[in-house]
Amino acid sequence: MEKLSGAEMLVRALQDEGVEIIFGYPGGAVLHIYDALFQQDKVQHILVRHEQAATHAADGYSRATGKPGVVLVTSGPGATNAVTGIATAYMDSIPMVVLSGQVRSDWIGDDAFQETDMVGICRPIVKHSFSVRKPEDIPEMMKKAFYIATTGRPGPVLVDIPKDQTSPLVKVPYEYPKKVKMRSYSPVARGHSGQIRKAVDEMLKARRPVIYAGGGVILGDGSEYLTKLAKLLNFPVTNTLMGLGAYPGSDSQFLGMLGMHGTYEANMVMHSSDLIVAVGARFDDRVTNHAEKFCPGATVIHVDVDPASISKNVRADVPIVGPVRQVLEEMVSMIEESPDRPDAKALQRWWDEIKGWREYHGLRYEVNDGGPMKPQQVVQALYKATKGDAYVTSDVGQHQMFAAQFYKFDKPRRWINSGGLGTMGFGLPSAIGVQFAFPDAMVACVTGEGSIQMNIQELSTCLQYGLPIKIININNQALGMVRQWQDMQYGGRHSQSYMDSLPDFVRLAESYGHVGIRVDRIEDLDEAMEKAFSLKDRLVFMDIYVDPSEHVYPMHIADGSMRDMWLSKTERT
Amino acid sequence: MRRIISILMENEPGALSRVVGLFSQRGYNIETLTVAPTEDRTLSRLTLTTFGDDRQIERITKNLNKLIEVVKLVDLTEGPHIERELMLCKVKATGAQRAEVKRTVDIFRGQIVDVTSSVYTVQLAGTSDKLDAFVGTIGDAQVLEVVRTGVSGISRGEKVLSI
Ligand SMILES: Cc1ncc(C[n+]2csc(CCOP(=O)(O)OP(=O)(O)O)c2C)c(N)n1
Ligand SMILES: [Mg+2]
Repeated sequence: MEKLSGAEMLVRALQDEGVEIIFGYPGGAVLHIYDALFQQDKVQHILVRHEQAATHAADGYSRATGKPGVVLVTSGPGATNAVTGIATAYMDSIPMVVLSGQVRSDWIGDDAFQETDMVGICRPIVKHSFSVRKPEDIPEMMKKAFYIATTGRPGPVLVDIPKDQTSPLVKVPYEYPKKVKMRSYSPVARGHSGQIRKAVDEMLKARRPVIYAGGGVILGDGSEYLTKLAKLLNFPVTNTLMGLGAYPGSDSQFLGMLGMHGTYEANMVMHSSDLIVAVGARFDDRVTNHAEKFCPGATVIHVDVDPASISKNVRADVPIVGPVRQVLEEMVSMIEESPDRPDAKALQRWWDEIKGWREYHGLRYEVNDGGPMKPQQVVQALYKATKGDAYVTSDVGQHQMFAAQFYKFDKPRRWINSGGLGTMGFGLPSAIGVQFAFPDAMVACVTGEGSIQMNIQELSTCLQYGLPIKIININNQALGMVRQWQDMQYGGRHSQSYMDSLPDFVRLAESYGHVGIRVDRIEDLDEAMEKAFSLKDRLVFMDIYVDPSEHVYPMHIADGSMRDMWLSKTERT
Repeated sequence: MRRIISILMENEPGALSRVVGLFSQRGYNIETLTVAPTEDRTLSRLTLTTFGDDRQIERITKNLNKLIEVVKLVDLTEGPHIERELMLCKVKATGAQRAEVKRTVDIFRGQIVDVTSSVYTVQLAGTSDKLDAFVGTIGDAQVLEVVRTGVSGISRGEKVLSI
């Protein structure tokens, strides 16, 4: 058998897993691994400018492709810089393998230079973690790491690697295992047919149904069957922030996003429904508003691969633990085989009611005649310029909500944002990951002048690798989302939410070697967008000044039910 | 309500800290904790007692089950079960007290496992309640030191927790 060092085995294991790209940053503890990387060309290493960006880039790559993201960082500060990105991936169940360097085994625990107990720090934010104790264990450990990260409810897995375990002086036989078997880990392969039958019976009986689909549908590749199910039954569909694109955004049965900043119609439909078909969603507090006031008349069917997500916040009447794709597929075929259909007249009355809600609000906002541009207009212009066909990554704040509301995603894996952790600084590095996955695709990063400054250094990475990302900086000169809460709940006292001393983003972009365009007037917006997207091989930083006083509506009224919303600054339900 | 959760898990470093982390993160206290390898050295059996309502316990057991190293677990308090705890206890035993302490140990079916001119070291096994009762009977003034192993438990009848 072939003999390899620990460092060589790590790199070979990546090759054997089919990993084509990893994101990282070197340092003392991982130099053996970097040397092994240098001597091969199957795995491409992308050098970022900050380890947080490495994790977000790997994360964006994974969200866009469905493949696991891979990160390599050094011990101590390299590893701790990666923590935010690991937590971000964990909250959104993104498959990721993080290789972190560690000090020599015999120095661990003695405050050696650049030592951090990374396994300890990451315990609550990883699906699992490993420490290498002898090089012989590396192949099996790597196989398990990828297996755990990508199966069941996916998530990040950490592999902590003391430097001595990668020494070029110690060579051991290498063979990559073909399969893993773990007696303590076996994700459910199929949903219970009896439960699926029960769910189908409920669906056929429903008079005011709604399908509530989350990020799990995207992660579990269930979009195709979700769409079939909705079409077969003529049920309305709403998506969570994480689920956008799981159901075609421009379809007439789509109600838009639900939840805190969901559409009026989606929240009204949820509240008034008699059946909620929840698929790959977890009844997050940003969706339900007060859990006890949640949808009082609804029977709840809940499909999820993670048993711990079921009946966590809202009790499920028909729980189904299983992979969403398989469960949805089985539901579709059961319905296709059944002679029964839901009561068409009842459904028609339901759709008439929904139409009324749609017409009543429908994401309306006021345009300033001759005044400053509205952020919503920017997202609509982006949608127009890209014909709805871009990959859109986002940062966190008002701009994120406007993007979620106004960009209609027709396909899964196109909308890439940090939903669970809400990590400012996610947008640009995740766009890097997406652009590497799809070099010819349009990739737009919708951001704010607050968020973009949290990982602005990655403009340098974009230059190095020639990534033609379009940055849409919705510049409201404020930490807008914070400011909105301060307007609504703190008497307009804008404590620390004002972004003073902004850089000139156009010159900043230029000094990084990119193109900068500033837009102040709505009349110039469409043309500027066209121009930006016509520069196919350049990164364009669009700095678009918008009305700082705009709020995101609808907005749930805290501690109310799904239907308790502010619809504008002066109007509530 | 008091619960006894019994877990079969991989005998590996890090496994215990993951289990304990799930409790401390939620601010739930672990009252007692015992852990040791089973007849199969690659597996450990961990028993812990905690307090919680049905909802809290359901959530914590679901999350315990999600831990990669946890092979199986059972809430013993859901069915008939046997629980035992072992205590070692140093008791002041001088003058007239000496005979009195000896009598109490006999009544509780304990054993005196070490003796000096002024101290008896008593070994006692039983339910946690029984150990509490013994310490109460001897009285704080006489008790010098108490060491308890924490609860260990097993279900009654045919049911076994194994792989
Ligand atoms: C790392 C991080 N720090 C703080 C927050 C809290 N936060 C949420 S939105 C927001 C304001 C974001 O400002 P900006 O990026 O300009 O977006 P805007 O809301 O103005 O569109 C802040 C500070 C966060 N989500 N992430
Ligand atoms: Mg802003």
